[in-house]
Amino acid sequence: MAFDTIDSAAKQLVLTVQEFSLFALRAVLNLFSPPVYWSDFTLQADIIGVGSATIVIFAGFFTGSVLAVQSAATLAAFGATAVTGRFVAMSMIRELGAVLTGIMVSGRNASSMASELGSMVVTEQIDAMRALGVDPMRKLVTPRICATVFTLLFLTIVADFCGILGGAAVTVFMNHQNGTQYFHQAYLYLRYPDILQGLIKPLCFGFIIASVGCFYGMRTTGGTQGVGRSTIQAVVWSSVLIIFVDLLISTLMVSIFSR
Amino acid sequence: MIEAPAPAPLPASAPPQPLVAFRNVTVSFGGPPVLEDISFTVGPHETRILLGPAGVGKSVLLKATNGLVPLDSGQILLFGEDISRMHERDLFPIRQRTGMVFQEGALFDSLTVRDNVAYQLIQEELPDDVIDERVRESLSFVGLAETFSMFPGSLSGGMRRRVAIARALIRRPEFLLYDSPTGGLDPVTSTTIIELIVKQRDVYKTPSLVVTHRLQDAFTMCTRRFNEEWNGMVRMPKGEVDPNTTFLMLNEGRLIFDGSLHDLVHSKDPFVREFLD
Repeated sequence: MAFDTIDSAAKQLVLTVQEFSLFALRAVLNLFSPPVYWSDFTLQADIIGVGSATIVIFAGFFTGSVLAVQSAATLAAFGATAVTGRFVAMSMIRELGAVLTGIMVSGRNASSMASELGSMVVTEQIDAMRALGVDPMRKLVTPRICATVFTLLFLTIVADFCGILGGAAVTVFMNHQNGTQYFHQAYLYLRYPDILQGLIKPLCFGFIIASVGCFYGMRTTGGTQGVGRSTIQAVVWSSVLIIFVDLLISTLMVSIFSR
Repeated sequence: MIEAPAPAPLPASAPPQPLVAFRNVTVSFGGPPVLEDISFTVGPHETRILLGPAGVGKSVLLKATNGLVPLDSGQILLFGEDISRMHERDLFPIRQRTGMVFQEGALFDSLTVRDNVAYQLIQEELPDDVIDERVRESLSFVGLAETFSMFPGSLSGGMRRRVAIARALIRRPEFLLYDSPTGGLDPVTSTTIIELIVKQRDVYKTPSLVVTHRLQDAFTMCTRRFNEEWNGMVRMPKGEVDPNTTFLMLNEGRLIFDGSLHDLVHSKDPFVREFLD
């Protein structure tokens, strides 16, 4: 009995991965043949990018602040509070800026995509779109994926910037250290591989957020309860995948650049 | 019960090629069959009314007609093309030739009535003034010109169905599919919707497949015609029914009846008798 359950769950998992892969591939391939709905891309970029800017600014600022508070306390034990700027900048740019922005945008937009598309499925709006001769993958999914990939890159840069500013605020106003020293340290030890690592991640995370959100939305069944279920699955799986892919990219980049 | 007269013979000029042909179609979605071994045709100028109680597969059959559900076996010809094994992207141009009205209207709730009705025209990037003119014309046809700038959320159920009809008609489709267009509506609103379907049938001669479980609506469509002078539906002379309006009946996924109103009311099939009574 238990073996049957495990067997069935494993098959279901493999099937879901297969369906997701085909779904994501189709969404990407749609970019290489007409029609491509650029107006929907612009609209989604506004909703996802501009709409998420506030939470990303706050999350980035406070994360940088917390990093400065915690690192200063630890670094003080070694008499190295002067390198707080380096610590905050490295952490934000290489890791936390991208991951936190990804998770914040996932909570806001993967859920919104899953619930919006899921509602459209259960109210037959997706079928209506197909019946009207419009491909919902091209019209709804591809623009959302492109817009999320595009805007998450810039949102991550904003989060990195705000995080470094937050760290500076704590360093200067709470720890009473020199601001110039903080920024000098933050800049001095930064290398191109660090920036590259910080900018590759949001591209992957953006793809994960939108493709997972749209995937669960488009396969919604079971009415309004099903929409709720899809929304939860979209947020949970996109967040888990973001952290997993972060680990893969970090490992790869560290092994390539040895830093 | 309605005592139906024998139907008048079909016009001799009707071409033999059907617009839609189902050939032994079975649909199961991986479980027990929802549709089993279904075969029927819809000819040019023909209106076929698909009857049956709730949950027997009427909506699935309608969606299958437009290639919206995958088939397990069998073949569906739409406009002479086999759509049963066709790739989704090849289906879009064929679907643009049909108009479909969904059970609850399926209007895009984030778009205005104008944008809903004009959906296909907007995708074709027609000029705004042309779109507005066509939308007003289509909304006037269903008597809802005043809803142009409204959102679907602020419309009643009956109005939403009429907007859905306007959306289905805007590209002047060659074939119409109505999924329970009067389901859940009050009798007065239902009559308004049926009148629109009859108007489309008699004025524009558009063939259609109409799903309903309401016998009253089905019989109204058979025994009324649209009078353009009066701009309304009138009863046909006693003893006459529309010869191009015929019936199909589904039960538990199987087609148990295919024929005229006369054949329907004189059917000996126990399920048909029970349904009619």
